[in-house]
Amino acid sequence: MTETLLLALVVVTALAFDFTNGFHDTGNAMATSIATRALKPRTAVALSAVLNLVGAFLSLAVAATIAKGIVDAGVVTLPVVLAGLVGGIVWNLLTWLLGIPSSSSHALVGGMVGAVLAAVGTSGVLWAGVVSKVLVPALLAPLIAIAVAGLGTWCVAKLTRGVSQEVTSRGFRWGQIGSASLVSLAHGTNDAQKSMGIILLALIAGGAVPADAGVPLWVILSCAIAMAIGTYLGGWRVIRTLGKGLVEIDTRQGMAAETSSAAVILLSSHFGFSLSTTHVATGSVLGSGVGMPGAKVRWSVAGRMFVAWGLTLPAAGLVGALCHWLESAIGGTAGTLAVVAVLVASSAAIWIASRRKPVDHTNVNEKWDEDKGADVEPVAATTGEAGGERVAPVPAVATASSVGPAIESVRTVGTPDTDTSANGGMR
Amino acid sequence: MSDLIEWSALGQVLVAGMLVGAGIPALFALGLRLWAGTTPDGEDTAASAEPAPHDAAGRAPGAATIARPTPVRLVGAILCMTVVVGAIVTGLVFLVSGGH
Repeated sequence: MTETLLLALVVVTALAFDFTNGFHDTGNAMATSIATRALKPRTAVALSAVLNLVGAFLSLAVAATIAKGIVDAGVVTLPVVLAGLVGGIVWNLLTWLLGIPSSSSHALVGGMVGAVLAAVGTSGVLWAGVVSKVLVPALLAPLIAIAVAGLGTWCVAKLTRGVSQEVTSRGFRWGQIGSASLVSLAHGTNDAQKSMGIILLALIAGGAVPADAGVPLWVILSCAIAMAIGTYLGGWRVIRTLGKGLVEIDTRQGMAAETSSAAVILLSSHFGFSLSTTHVATGSVLGSGVGMPGAKVRWSVAGRMFVAWGLTLPAAGLVGALCHWLESAIGGTAGTLAVVAVLVASSAAIWIASRRKPVDHTNVNEKWDEDKGADVEPVAATTGEAGGERVAPVPAVATASSVGPAIESVRTVGTPDTDTSANGGMR
Repeated sequence: MSDLIEWSALGQVLVAGMLVGAGIPALFALGLRLWAGTTPDGEDTAASAEPAPHDAAGRAPGAATIARPTPVRLVGAILCMTVVVGAIVTGLVFLVSGGH
């Protein structure tokens, strides 16, 4: 009975992670299309959601490989999986609150590593795997993407010189939508499988299916749907940062960036060097600013992202470890329920904090658009170096008074100190 | 160290990424340029000088912007766009076939 309850909770939590994954990563594909107004915000997230849904059914090649080679498969028990998932979800939500595009898969890996460390100590973690499959790709992905998107944008800028702006913006609008769609599809294919892999892992660990089983249909179905719903709700804060915060982009840059993302993501999986979609997409947006003559890149915003990427593994790991300690200290069903309670409480706290700030999908997109126009563009237009300037005046008051307490309450779960000023900067 | 970084895979991703990820937008831009032509000002992004007559001429952007492209340019533009579409289809086939 206890085992069944635990297994059910793990599956539900894995679907919740899948949801945050879609939610968090909408921006990877659609931020540029929304920023250049190639697509209306709602249309963009709806398109992305459908393509994620389709993508999840396209291929099952990498299911059940997420933690392989990173943690010792023998020590992965259901409590470990649960604690790891909670670590991943909390970090995903926290970075979403701060508007930082950070890798969902790294958050998941971090949570799992932390939980394994708490469960059996350092012997349970394959450190070479952590370095070669997580840390090194995290460093290289943005560099590769910046180079590719930078070169692509530069070529496009040179080749479209003298061509009427009307023609280029119209042509590249379609190019941008096409390439962004490919990124969405690839995301659905790659990332839904991570959650499928976790659920399969849990089912195997719980003894519900044999160790060599394939992915059951209901798992594919529920993962695809959870991710599509998350994508459709749209992590507007992340979208805003990616589309508006880093570079002021036009459709040419958007098309070059999304093509670069699609190409690097697909090629890296083809060559077996898997890179995080988020890192590639962010690098591509940066590259579209680097390659476009006269464009400004807000490196201060990018810098905060890089810091968050560096923190992802230890922070999610810390939450995962704390959850596992809590779980085993209380023990039994009560321990499991306590961890789920921690997850629900911290998610609620982050949600409440997000409601007090205007970037919110429940405010319909018109409001979000107005806010975008009123908030970001004048500042960006009047101050060349918008990164630093945007931080101080805009939401300082709101941030300090409303988000602060909620972040405090999240910290008690075990996430490390996060500079609240980064909060302001993302807006 | 060579175990920690898969240099050959990295190099392949970088080179192929450069070719495809930068080449496709470049081809797309080239195709657009061949099809739509450039303004007489040549090197200047003469958007400010040119649009007025186009707007008056009508809404179809390509046809309104310039005289018909010469057959050579048209063929070149079609070739460029064919390669672009081909690359997208290849990407889709790759995804569907589970090559990753």
